[in-house]
Amino acid sequence: MSTFRVPVQIVPRAGILDPQGTAVAGALRTLGFGGVRDVHVGRFVTVDVEAPDADAAERTVREMCEKLLANPVIEDFRIEEVRGA
Amino acid sequence: MKFGIVTFPGSNCDYDAFRAVVDTLGEEAVYLWHKEHDLQGSDVIILPGGFSYGDYLRPGAIARFSPIMQEVILHAKRGAPVLGICNGFQIACEAGLLPGALLRNQTLRFISRLSTVRVESTDTNFTSQYERGAVLHIPVAHGDGRFTADEATLRSLNDTGRVVFRYCDASGAVTPESNANGSVEAIAGIVNDRGNVLGMMPHPERAVDSLLGSDDGRGVFESVLARVGA
Repeated sequence: MSTFRVPVQIVPRAGILDPQGTAVAGALRTLGFGGVRDVHVGRFVTVDVEAPDADAAERTVREMCEKLLANPVIEDFRIEEVRGA
Repeated sequence: MKFGIVTFPGSNCDYDAFRAVVDTLGEEAVYLWHKEHDLQGSDVIILPGGFSYGDYLRPGAIARFSPIMQEVILHAKRGAPVLGICNGFQIACEAGLLPGALLRNQTLRFISRLSTVRVESTDTNFTSQYERGAVLHIPVAHGDGRFTADEATLRSLNDTGRVVFRYCDASGAVTPESNANGSVEAIAGIVNDRGNVLGMMPHPERAVDSLLGSDDGRGVFESVLARVGA
């Protein structure tokens, strides 16, 4: 068994009104970033997990996302590159 | 009739719920600590307001895995009444007892004020003592109260009379101004498909005596007593 670091991005589901993202986009435009089209504010989670290999670590974290880390009614998640921790 | 009031770390309306049951209704109430596994023979479970587990991750996300919640879920699946108020509504959604989810208020501000809600359905365990269309004055106090659900769920809630309360103005009209948290279709409370689980963001336990500014919330408790205690 080794320890793997699994990063997860959790963002509001497409189509779900994201007032936080809208407020940040407005602030960026006020600062002069006129090219800002859309902003979404989510959550970034890293999980260090013991597993036999990187694939197993990713599978475990996927299950964690489905059960707790993300709420499928309102959020999507994406697991990023798994590395040895 | 016995009410079990769940106390999570961070619950802060459990005492109000206790007083509403004992003083206003004259019924028995017990506190159920979140680490317990025993509902102590409670007929009705109240999931009270507050900030269980500090609202970490999402409101209600961690509370739903508490030992006591496994018993509450079984209680609900048996068709017995569960009343989720504010954080309790969020917990009930996270636990899958109710559809949808509660998101950050559209204004991004915590809202604490006396709200007005319209009774949309009286054919539930919790609203039989109200008139349909009645306008109730009940306080709200939440940062994450914006109810959302996908279109199929909304259609089902509407078609089966499971939207119980909507935010409205003093005349009973649903307006953008009266829907302060931006909930979809101004939904303030819903029941599950069997009608035994109610989730609502307003706090009926804070509106049980005119000394508190309103006693319009009494009907929720009196309805469940009439339905289950009978």
